[in-house]
Amino acid sequence: MSARKIPAPAVNAEVKPFFDAAGEGKLLVKRCAACAEFHHYPRTVCPHCFSGRTEWREAKGAGTIYSYSVLRRGVPAPYCIAYVTLEEGVTMLTNIVDCDLDSVRIGQKVREVFKPTDGGPPVPMFTRV
Amino acid sequence: MSIKGRAFLVGAFEHPARKAADKSVAQLHAEVAQGALADAGLAKSDVDGYFCAGDAPGLGPLSMVDYLGLRVRHMDSTDTGGCSYLLHVAHAAQAIAAGKCSVALVTLAGRPRSEGSSGTQPRSWGTAVPDAPFEAPYGIVTTNSYAMVAMRHMHEFGTTGEQLAWVKVAASRHAQHNPHAMLREVVSVQEVLDSPLIADPLHRLDCCVVSDGGGAVIVARPEVAKSLKRPLVRLIGAGEANKGQNGGKVDLTTSAGAWSGAAAFAEAGVKPADIKYVSIYDSFTITVIVQLEDLGFCAKGEGGRFVADGNLVSGSGKLPFNTDGGGLCNNHPGNRGGMTKVIEAVRQLRGEAHPAVQVKNCDLAVAHGTGGQLGTRHGSATLVLERA
Repeated sequence: MSARKIPAPAVNAEVKPFFDAAGEGKLLVKRCAACAEFHHYPRTVCPHCFSGRTEWREAKGAGTIYSYSVLRRGVPAPYCIAYVTLEEGVTMLTNIVDCDLDSVRIGQKVREVFKPTDGGPPVPMFTRV
Repeated sequence: MSIKGRAFLVGAFEHPARKAADKSVAQLHAEVAQGALADAGLAKSDVDGYFCAGDAPGLGPLSMVDYLGLRVRHMDSTDTGGCSYLLHVAHAAQAIAAGKCSVALVTLAGRPRSEGSSGTQPRSWGTAVPDAPFEAPYGIVTTNSYAMVAMRHMHEFGTTGEQLAWVKVAASRHAQHNPHAMLREVVSVQEVLDSPLIADPLHRLDCCVVSDGGGAVIVARPEVAKSLKRPLVRLIGAGEANKGQNGGKVDLTTSAGAWSGAAAFAEAGVKPADIKYVSIYDSFTITVIVQLEDLGFCAKGEGGRFVADGNLVSGSGKLPFNTDGGGLCNNHPGNRGGMTKVIEAVRQLRGEAHPAVQVKNCDLAVAHGTGGQLGTRHGSATLVLERA
């Protein structure tokens, strides 16, 4: 578990379902019914085709590390920022947690975990499979 | 309508301060404006266009034009982070070509060093920013954002830490001749690799400095430029572009420079191989490698090999870059490096760079930058400039 205090997300009405679901241990992604593309972070209007017919879908919660970096200086404890590509095809910014950060590499398989934030809803993160 | 040849860079000034705890931000803007006007041989009353970005205090340009005592007929406070000022030069040329102004002043100033800014701390643009809920909890900061670009570049193309370090080594060889540079000591590849790891794979010496200071340039229509006594530097091509996460189709190894650069070269009617000198935004060593590839100075993925072995060093390398020492060694006023990229390109084209780093017969130069973060979302702007 990271010693970093995780800032609460500034939840607004548009993205409240995402964070409500995170509170129930579910990772949601948006899929557009018009163009069939997933996107992240979630919007009401599809950033690909600009249709308003976007729908929340529960992701499988599995992905692959696209890139990462462990920040080691100027912070109370090192932490690992990463982009993880979900099985649904979208790549999301996140943290890799609950593993030896020195062992993290691009291409590793990861699965979702949910971590409490400082006074807000939990947020999805990932750990090595 | 093309801006090719429609505007000239007639004034340029870089604030000598690297720490300005005893000055206000507005004062720094005024001092660089004074300096650029004096360099051009123009008066404040000649200015009828003003450009600034988010470093300027106040609502858009309004506080600054009032503070400076300007009355203008064209204003633009487009903010694309550190590349804003490159983009402002292009916008000024557009306004001049459209007859909306004749003499445009662009200013940048800031005091992040005095104010304790750090690339390991988060910056907030407010809670209404749509990406914020999906990024702030994860601790995305400047250093780890660019570090992810470097990590992916190494993974895809085999780029090495030694190759990244060569960018810093070249900058340091230039900075030793700049009496104002924050870091004047020449460093070796090994010294870069031995400096503390900040955000894997970036070491401290892969990161630019945090400095106070600022800069200003004056863009003018050809008739004004030709009435002045300074060497003529003409804008012949410009491009701007944006790139982000593309709705989750993330691609960290190509920047928007691929588009802004192509547009600028096409407008100018020149090729990368024609360019004698480049100013390239060097927030980090990886930033330079990605942008050189995207601008077409080498193929995608070849940037590491391109910069190695001193190829960016003026006098011996094949593509001299950032001969003032750049952001890596000279300064990074306001955490925004675009202005100084324009200024050093103007110096090179005028033949006014330090003699030890002046590129021989420098008649064609590129100034290019990105702003925001390569790891999340950024703007880019490219200028092609020629000695007229």
